[in-house]
Amino acid sequence: MTRMTTRHEVDDATLASSSGATSVAHRWFVARELGIVLALSLLVVVTAAVNPRFLSAQSIKDLLLGFTILAIVAVGQAVVIITRNVDLSVGSVLGLSAFATGSFFLASPEAPIPLALVVGTLLGAACGIVNGALIAAARVPALVVTLGTLYVFRGIDYTWAKGRQINAADMPAGFLRMGTATVLGVPVLTLFAVAVVVAAGFYLRSYRSGRELYAIGSDPDAARLSGIPVGRRVFAAFVTSGALAGLAGVLYAARFGTLDANAGLGSELNVVAAVVVGGVAIFGGSGSVYGAALGAVLLTTIGAALPVLGVTPFWQGAAVGALLLAAIGLDRALAVRVATRLRGRKARGD
Amino acid sequence: MRAAGTTRFRAAVMGTFATVLLLGATTACAEETPTTNPTGATAGTIKEGLKITFLPKQVNNPYFTTSDNGGKAAVEEFKGVYSETGPSDTSPSAQVSYINTLSQQGTDVIVVSANDKDAICGALNEARTAGAKVVTFDSDTKPECRDLFINQATADGIAKIQIKLISEAIGADGGEIAILSATANATNQNAWIEMMKTELAKPEYAKLKLVATVYGDDNDQKSFQEAQGLLSKYPNLKGIISPTTVGVAAAGRYLSGSAYKGKVQLTGLGTPNQMRSYVKDGTVKSFALWNPADLGYLAAYAAGALASGLISGKEGDKFKAGKLGEYTVGKDATVLLGDPFTFTSANIEQFNF
Repeated sequence: MTRMTTRHEVDDATLASSSGATSVAHRWFVARELGIVLALSLLVVVTAAVNPRFLSAQSIKDLLLGFTILAIVAVGQAVVIITRNVDLSVGSVLGLSAFATGSFFLASPEAPIPLALVVGTLLGAACGIVNGALIAAARVPALVVTLGTLYVFRGIDYTWAKGRQINAADMPAGFLRMGTATVLGVPVLTLFAVAVVVAAGFYLRSYRSGRELYAIGSDPDAARLSGIPVGRRVFAAFVTSGALAGLAGVLYAARFGTLDANAGLGSELNVVAAVVVGGVAIFGGSGSVYGAALGAVLLTTIGAALPVLGVTPFWQGAAVGALLLAAIGLDRALAVRVATRLRGRKARGD
Repeated sequence: MRAAGTTRFRAAVMGTFATVLLLGATTACAEETPTTNPTGATAGTIKEGLKITFLPKQVNNPYFTTSDNGGKAAVEEFKGVYSETGPSDTSPSAQVSYINTLSQQGTDVIVVSANDKDAICGALNEARTAGAKVVTFDSDTKPECRDLFINQATADGIAKIQIKLISEAIGADGGEIAILSATANATNQNAWIEMMKTELAKPEYAKLKLVATVYGDDNDQKSFQEAQGLLSKYPNLKGIISPTTVGVAAAGRYLSGSAYKGKVQLTGLGTPNQMRSYVKDGTVKSFALWNPADLGYLAAYAAGALASGLISGKEGDKFKAGKLGEYTVGKDATVLLGDPFTFTSANIEQFNF
């Protein structure tokens, strides 16, 4: 049991207690997020040195807008991955919600924008409920279930869209303005992302049920034995992920203005990449939504910087892949180091 | 993913509308009795009840929905039996099983837009052996695998109109321009880009300087980023040409919400519905495209004429395509729809596709 607790605390990088194990873990946490921030700064500095226009007001606005959608979906995905699950259906949920938003405005052009946000989010949450219920009821790994719903949700989207396209001219001007408007230089859409990240980060860190998600990811059996309602928590994680993907779908509609049934097609892997690059362990139990959001920022900034640097398009995918491998390598190296240290400490302490 | 979009606009023929002629030997072989049309020329009629199936690259693609609906209208005009089927993804071999099924069902004509010019060849030839006729449209297969190809525009025609529109939008002073393409290895896009370079070499375009070609992969987000990258990298950029529907809409959306609106010109190949708001708000002055509904309509009439034995697909064969008038089969059994059409704020309201 002692061993179990230790492992839990190691994995649970942000646990706010003052034991020796956690202080190491805390440093690890700092190192993880700091590493991404450093990589990001390096990228921005180098790109700006090559081309100062990369830091013009317009360009900064573009960068901020760029990561918004990915960051929101990545936060939901991080919550799921922390519980040692994965939600592959997010791209399809995003697409479904984006098309629903367009259809919603087609049907009622006068509808208030907040209502569209609520509708999209609820639709996403409904998809999340399907995922969560299937996983809880069928006791099938989330990977398989969400792989299935990835196609199911996209299929519903296709059937619904029947090849139609919804264009900028079909949506209210106010809604499209939201996609480009700024408050004190910060795009409105980015404020959504910031709010989502802060809220999710606070919840995971400060609420008992939030902490329990980490416990589930560290060791589901141990979590169950300690009386944590594993099924309910995992279900809630999937609903959260679905709802955030739904919200992202509405923002996608506002930003891109052109919608067909293919919106967000294939984006689920990008989301998982952002989460992993952001330091959330793919086997659950550690990481933070801040990291996931930073991962999203890093990936989209790379996407924006490479064209400015004049890197040929053929290399862009490879660059992202290399970064992913580096992140996983770092993850492994740090895990080994922390484990060794803890073992040493334990030996001395006992 | 949106690679479908890339290839939405393949092209490769040239085109002048042909004058009306007779179908001498071919008509004689037809089961239908030739009738005399108002111009005094004789033309065969398309048989009734022909089973004509449209097999687009991808169902759920607005472009193909429009073109196939054009085909449906034509098939209904000559009282055939229209149907549409197809894959929801654009992988090279996705259409093979559909072709095999259609062949077994005894479809008279398969009207297909090929996802890959080689991958479906075998299946098409089997269908032809089984008695079906094959008409390709929008995107061709190898010529030996089909009876007829309906080409929407020539690479030359597209390149000319794109350069002309961007030159007009920028004005006499010229300046730096860039191309936002689809995927880096899309054959049609690269052919157009080469032709555009040839066009730019002409003296009347001496003041236009092509500084970059970037690839948005027909993905909204990527196209956005590439458009941003262009404007960061080239402070003196005056215009962007995006010969792909996804790219031009993404660039339009980006420019309309940025500080560059009205300062950096944009043109490309786009659909009127997609571009309407950017034309209205002044981001885009003009853009070009053919009418996909007409393309489907023409393909259906060609299919009907072929299956009725009115034409065989040899050069010089002529057939009537309902409201579009008469067409002549050109070299390599291709029929050209016509020159690309230019959309501006003056005429965009007349179109809905």
